[in-house]
Amino acid sequence: MEKDTQEIIIKGINASPGICIGKAYRVDREGVEVVEKYQIQTEDLPNEVKRFESAVKKSKDELLGILKKSPEELQHAHILETHLALLKDKMLYGRCIEIIKQENINAEWALKTVVSNLKDIFETMTDPYLRERSADVVQVADNIMRNLMGAEKVNIAAIKKRVILVAHDLTPAETSQINLERVKGFITDRGGKASHTGIIARSLEIPAVVGLKEATSTIRNDDLIIVDGNSGIVVLHPTEDTLVQYEERKINYEEYKAVITRESSAPAESIDGVRLSVMGNIELPEEVFALINYGGDGIGLYRTEFQYFNRNDFPGEDELFDKYKDVVEVMAPKPVTIRTLDINGDKAVNNGVLSEEANPALGLRAIRYCLKKPQVFMDQLRAILRAAAFGNVRILFPMISTYFELCEANRMLEKAAESLEKDGLSYKRDIQIGAMIEVPSAVIMADVLAEKVDFFSIGTNDLIQYSLAIDRGNEQVAHLFQPLDPAIIRMLKHVADVAREKDIKVFMCGEMAGTPHLIPLLLGLGMDELSMNPQTIPDIKRVIRALNVADTRSFIKEVLTQTTAKSAFELIKATYGSILSEQVYSE
Amino acid sequence: MLNLDSGLSREATIINELGLHARSAAKIAKLAQPATGSVWIAKQDQKADASSIVDILTLACEKGTRITICVENKGDLQILEDITKLVESGFGE
Repeated sequence: MEKDTQEIIIKGINASPGICIGKAYRVDREGVEVVEKYQIQTEDLPNEVKRFESAVKKSKDELLGILKKSPEELQHAHILETHLALLKDKMLYGRCIEIIKQENINAEWALKTVVSNLKDIFETMTDPYLRERSADVVQVADNIMRNLMGAEKVNIAAIKKRVILVAHDLTPAETSQINLERVKGFITDRGGKASHTGIIARSLEIPAVVGLKEATSTIRNDDLIIVDGNSGIVVLHPTEDTLVQYEERKINYEEYKAVITRESSAPAESIDGVRLSVMGNIELPEEVFALINYGGDGIGLYRTEFQYFNRNDFPGEDELFDKYKDVVEVMAPKPVTIRTLDINGDKAVNNGVLSEEANPALGLRAIRYCLKKPQVFMDQLRAILRAAAFGNVRILFPMISTYFELCEANRMLEKAAESLEKDGLSYKRDIQIGAMIEVPSAVIMADVLAEKVDFFSIGTNDLIQYSLAIDRGNEQVAHLFQPLDPAIIRMLKHVADVAREKDIKVFMCGEMAGTPHLIPLLLGLGMDELSMNPQTIPDIKRVIRALNVADTRSFIKEVLTQTTAKSAFELIKATYGSILSEQVYSE
Repeated sequence: MLNLDSGLSREATIINELGLHARSAAKIAKLAQPATGSVWIAKQDQKADASSIVDILTLACEKGTRITICVENKGDLQILEDITKLVESGFGE
């Protein structure tokens, strides 16, 4: 046992700041580690027994299948034959069924009980060889367990205690199922800073470390772990000393955060008197309150996808309207920028069972999907226009890659307004319309697109992904995802220049907008508004207050002469290091 | 205590190198399962159901262990002889 409790430090990528200490909860699809206990009604007992029996049958068929394939390897075949006999052993098979019936308990729990009792008996044996023979019993039981649980996926929605989620990877659909009040932190094997898990964790203000590679193989359920989202470190089986040290760091960090938050409701005004709107990105309506607490000047990006996940049908217009109205009313008169559906709705609604696309990021999603499914789009557009009557709404079309798409989207919006007029419903047509600039073709066509919109909103995550051809969720190449790449800076400059020329506003709602050391650059480029995850608002406001906008304008000229991301970063550090060094949590 | 009726029980010694492990236990269980009554393996004051591999394993019989095999029904005498022979032959290993 001793070797299991040695402190292990695992290094990953810091995806969301903060420190948490707690027990691990593995979310793995094999699910063997996660065994739940629940009561079975007496009338359902025959079904529960049947479920157990068919899991055993499945294990048996699997073994027979293997045996058929390997008749030559006698030694191996003997073991399998023993396992086959063990499957139906009364102390295992019979005992489980007895426990299910006697205790009105689910099959998984009965099996777990039987196996742990047997393990205890075997562990007391003195003969080392015989002691190890429990391995055979455990293997057989694991096999049954896998078949028992394989039938239904682990239900992360049902987590009952405050835990740290440990997963190979978390898909947006999975994260949307999680009862987030129960989660203290996330750690995943896959993913980079800008991965979905990171975004979710930051918006929920819980620490996350991603790209750990080994996390799920070394960490077991209920292991004590420390997640340090500031430096990207996970400590497994921490020693007393380590625990004390991290408790202290946790307190320091929380104090620092509290100070910053207190100042956050004041506007962000630079030394030379330029005021900048600092907005928040939200996904769930509940996040509005965090956003207000952090002093957000409005919602720069309201992601609307969540209502399409975890269901078998599309949300109707009224359902969408209710949610939008909630958010719009609470925020009024501050602006709420509602982004129309940014995914492939069919995939979300069918839990991804539709034919997989080889390159979903380049596939049917966002505005492309909406224009192909006018009814789905129309329901959302009508809901947005109706909600607009309750406050200050802007609409934002995602993933515009051609002028034609933008014209079509506008035409649909006009149609939505006409139909609402005809139906005699209250709505507001006179709202600001924006295009997301996140595809390189949209950057190049910005001057043309500008004719059709009131504002641009630059989505830096996708823009970087598409421009540099980097999958930000792939840890092999995640380090190449460089916001300071000269190509990206030049693109931003172009979009900002066009917006000024055409007299429309230019906003930024990607990760870059919430990154403190990039703020001098963004001010220099002339962004009118920055939108970020709510908890970074106070910090960004603090940086803006310490800057002189006139200086950043000349600074940007120097940045534009840089030829690598690294030299651009060094330049920022050399020029603004003193302001940025106050981020105590970055080391 | 066990009812070790002289006519219905046999003693034997585990002679195989690895003791009474899963594979040998499986062989005993296979023989014991068709019995009309109970079949027991006893080691000192512990007894195990001979038709259960898991139960036999919990007896932890290493090489050299003396065991008693017994059957409840007279009709299962042949099974008793077969199991005894199996154990004495070292499970044919």
